[in-house]
Amino acid sequence: MAEDYKILKQGAEAKLYICNYLGKPALIKERFKKNYRHSDLDTSITKERIKNEARSIVRCKTAGVKTPCLYLVDFERRRIYMQHFVESITIKDFVINIVSKEQINCDGDIILDVVAKMIGEAVRKMHDNNIIHGDLTSSNMLLVPKISSAGVADNSKWLDVANLELVMIDFGLSFIDTSTEDKGVDLYVLERALISTHNDYPDLFNKILEAYKKFNKNNVKEILSKFEEVRARGRKRTMVG
Amino acid sequence: MVIAIGFEGSANKLGVGIVRDGEILANCRRTYITPPGEGFLPRETAEHHQQNIHGVLEEALEQSGILPQDIDVVCYTKGPGMGAPLMVCAIVARTCAKLWNKPILGVNHCIGHIEMGRLITKANNPTVLYVSGGNTQIIAYSRQRYRIFGETIDIAVGNCLDRFARVLKLSNAPSPGYNIEQAAKRGKKYLHLPYCVKGMDVSFSGILSYMEDKIDDLLKEYTPEDLCYSLQETVFAMLVEITERAMAHCGSDEVLIVGGVGCNERLQEMMGVMCAERGSKIFATDERFCIDNGVMIAHAGALAFESGARMDFKDTTITQRYRTDDVLVTWRND
Ligand SMILES: Nc1ncnc2c1ncn2[C@@H]1O[C@H](COP(=O)(O)OP(=O)(O)O)[C@@H](O)[C@H]1O
Ligand SMILES: [Fe+2]
Ligand SMILES: [Mg+2]
Repeated sequence: MAEDYKILKQGAEAKLYICNYLGKPALIKERFKKNYRHSDLDTSITKERIKNEARSIVRCKTAGVKTPCLYLVDFERRRIYMQHFVESITIKDFVINIVSKEQINCDGDIILDVVAKMIGEAVRKMHDNNIIHGDLTSSNMLLVPKISSAGVADNSKWLDVANLELVMIDFGLSFIDTSTEDKGVDLYVLERALISTHNDYPDLFNKILEAYKKFNKNNVKEILSKFEEVRARGRKRTMVG
Repeated sequence: MVIAIGFEGSANKLGVGIVRDGEILANCRRTYITPPGEGFLPRETAEHHQQNIHGVLEEALEQSGILPQDIDVVCYTKGPGMGAPLMVCAIVARTCAKLWNKPILGVNHCIGHIEMGRLITKANNPTVLYVSGGNTQIIAYSRQRYRIFGETIDIAVGNCLDRFARVLKLSNAPSPGYNIEQAAKRGKKYLHLPYCVKGMDVSFSGILSYMEDKIDDLLKEYTPEDLCYSLQETVFAMLVEITERAMAHCGSDEVLIVGGVGCNERLQEMMGVMCAERGSKIFATDERFCIDNGVMIAHAGALAFESGARMDFKDTTITQRYRTDDVLVTWRND
């Protein structure tokens, strides 16, 4: 297994190990066997997720959405090898640990506006190319500096938003579909994740949605009305028991 | 010291519970059981509650050894739930409050489940999987509210299990879910079913309609036990998966399972394996506390009462829709 690699994180469904691929910093995302579920189910889910992830990473590249480069897929060992952004921060950590804690040095709102725009546009580009992410949360988006600021020790390097780029990750639940319903659900999943995680920034999602709408006028009405429909369904449900 | 009495009747269980500072003095319950193949309807359920509530109340008072004058606050389920059955408990609670001259508090049913689970298991700040006949939610506490991170986008997992039990005409006593669990233990042959997870949300209606549509053909190749087994393995895997996703997202290392489906031992076992693989802890309770009861309402009401919550008599209404994150959690300051 991966004994000789240093573990970076245990994510939602995989363990991530740090390694080196042809001299480049890389990550191994290993979807280890989940013993809680039936082994047939585990095998089929894992295969499908690896396939989804590899396919969407490549497709995002053509769509102009930044993702880690895909280096290698190893179905046998349930692994994907990809580019490791050594200097990176998840949007979740960025909002919780930078935006709210560094208020003295910056205007949190302006910084969030810029980041929300990046997110809205990236999601829109994916949807315009029929890529449904399937798990849009602030843990599955990274910010990386365009020009390395490795020399800067403190958090201030994350305040220079002009130097930051958004990277989308974690495509295990992604799929390709043209339907507006799936795009609406994708937005709904994002809204819910942000409301629950970043309840101290209640307009974050609206700012993202604004950027999503503005990026391109085509088809957006249909997607938005599906989104409203999915949302209303959620509210209407009576909950007994 | 707060002594609270709680009335619960949002679905087919009718419960009256009495607590004194988290100590359970009485936990009495009656369940409205319908014939095999049939679900419970609001009017009949309300009639069941009407016929039983005085008996259950008397039993609870007797069991607790408490006199009405010792009680500090009368609590009842304000919602969510079925209108007519909720109303029965609200009316009796209001009558008691007037008769005994005590303050009254309406309680959110879901909050009742969560606080009951925390009380019994001593879980401190867990990610909560709330699974019942009407609800499927992944909840975590943050800044004075229980926030919903994930939920079903159509029917609840318990509803899916109950309706499948009806397709197979399994008995509704003590509950359809219990009978599915027992049948599943004898199942061997695994059938692949639709598996539907969207981020931290799940969907069960596709699985149910797949099984309903194909039931005659499926029964030629699989026993009812095999089908119960396959259904449980599939829907519980989905629940464990979204729970794990929420834990990773929130950086949490505790899980608490609450709600009626939470007493399913296979679900608890699967969740336990997942937790062991992430170095996390699992907390669960048995049917006395998992399944709807009056104690959970009394306890959650007592917490709110102690932290200063009060309700005007004119506001002691019921509401069929009442979201978990609508409640301001005044009794936690972490
Ligand atoms: N290419 C990458 N570069 C830097 N950090 C990453 C990269 N990919 C993932 N991570 C980190 O690892 C975490 C888990 O990875 P993710 O792909 O989301 O796995 P999972 O499906 O298990 O959630 C991310 O939230 C992020 O913090
Ligand atoms: Fe319940
Ligand atoms: Mg992830």
